[in-house]
Amino acid sequence: MEVKVGMADMNVCSSPDSIITLGLGSCVGAVLYDPVAKVCGMVHVMLPDSTTIANNSNVAKFADTGVTALLDMVLKEGAKKERLIAKIAGGAQMFSVNKDSPMLRVGERNVAAVKEKLKQLGIRLVAEDTGNNYGRTVVFYPETGEYLIRAIGKEPTTI
Amino acid sequence: MSDLTMESLSTQYFDVLKELGNIGAGNATTALASLLQCKVDMKVPQVKMLDFKDVGALLGGEEQEMAGAFLAVEGDITGSILFLVKKDIAVHLVKKLMGDMASDEMGEMERSAFKEISNIITGSYLNALSSLTNLCIYPSIPDLAIDMAGAILSVPAIEFGIMGDKIILIQSQISDEIEIDGFFIMIPDMESYERILRALGVMVD
Repeated sequence: MEVKVGMADMNVCSSPDSIITLGLGSCVGAVLYDPVAKVCGMVHVMLPDSTTIANNSNVAKFADTGVTALLDMVLKEGAKKERLIAKIAGGAQMFSVNKDSPMLRVGERNVAAVKEKLKQLGIRLVAEDTGNNYGRTVVFYPETGEYLIRAIGKEPTTI
Repeated sequence: MSDLTMESLSTQYFDVLKELGNIGAGNATTALASLLQCKVDMKVPQVKMLDFKDVGALLGGEEQEMAGAFLAVEGDITGSILFLVKKDIAVHLVKKLMGDMASDEMGEMERSAFKEISNIITGSYLNALSSLTNLCIYPSIPDLAIDMAGAILSVPAIEFGIMGDKIILIQSQISDEIEIDGFFIMIPDMESYERILRALGVMVD
């Protein structure tokens, strides 16, 4: 089965299932994975920081609250925190009008915020495919720990 | 910290967009007809407020290949505009404009032609907004992305995401030989919503 994660959404899955999010742009798809239990979770975050925003009830929308909430979810699913590793993808800059605009650089800021949160939680980031200016569809397979990345006009890659 | 939320945006703003959609699409139809030298018809545009998760479905899936022109707006109001069509529609429009010179691949020249078409269409909407509100609005040169719908839409979704979990768009259908489903997304900065409503004499809650 393929578990789908929407925009500002998160979910967990375990082998032999896989988990997918379609058309990541400036958002980041962060995966937490326990290779022994073969359990993983994915969060599709849109914004770096929940503390600057009034309407922040959806924890999956933000890098800071999203990664923390995902950690709780995978632990409940049977993962062990000391075995967890992380892989991330996305954070593109889709348009380059007005290069200095903080909103257009949000991809970069999302990536930085996810990394910062992982560091705080003591989870090792083992692979990433971030930045650039194109969209990505990402699929994670907890059976093998592979994170597959598809983009239009490019060969699929695995990190 | 901003406390403006999508839910608190008055229904008047929705009405403004409907009016803007009507006049803007009307202007765009006339402009396209003269640019492409053909008869162009238009249906009544619809204004839609959608949850993030439903936007992909409206456009034919998150992986649907689309052409999006994005531009920044300055002047009395600030923000950004995204004009979006399916990639095959963009190719069709470019071929209409360039004739035999255009290929199916969106190369440098085709991209430039599509930017020009986007300029005219977004300009039609912005003129409508400007004459409705008497506000000065200056658009930048558009930047173009041809990519998955989800990825392109992440840009306005993130900006709307500051206020809530919904996206507001104007869907307009114009047709020449084929139906052209175009999506016009206006993303005013927080203060600009208020300025638009005030300029129209609508009280802000």
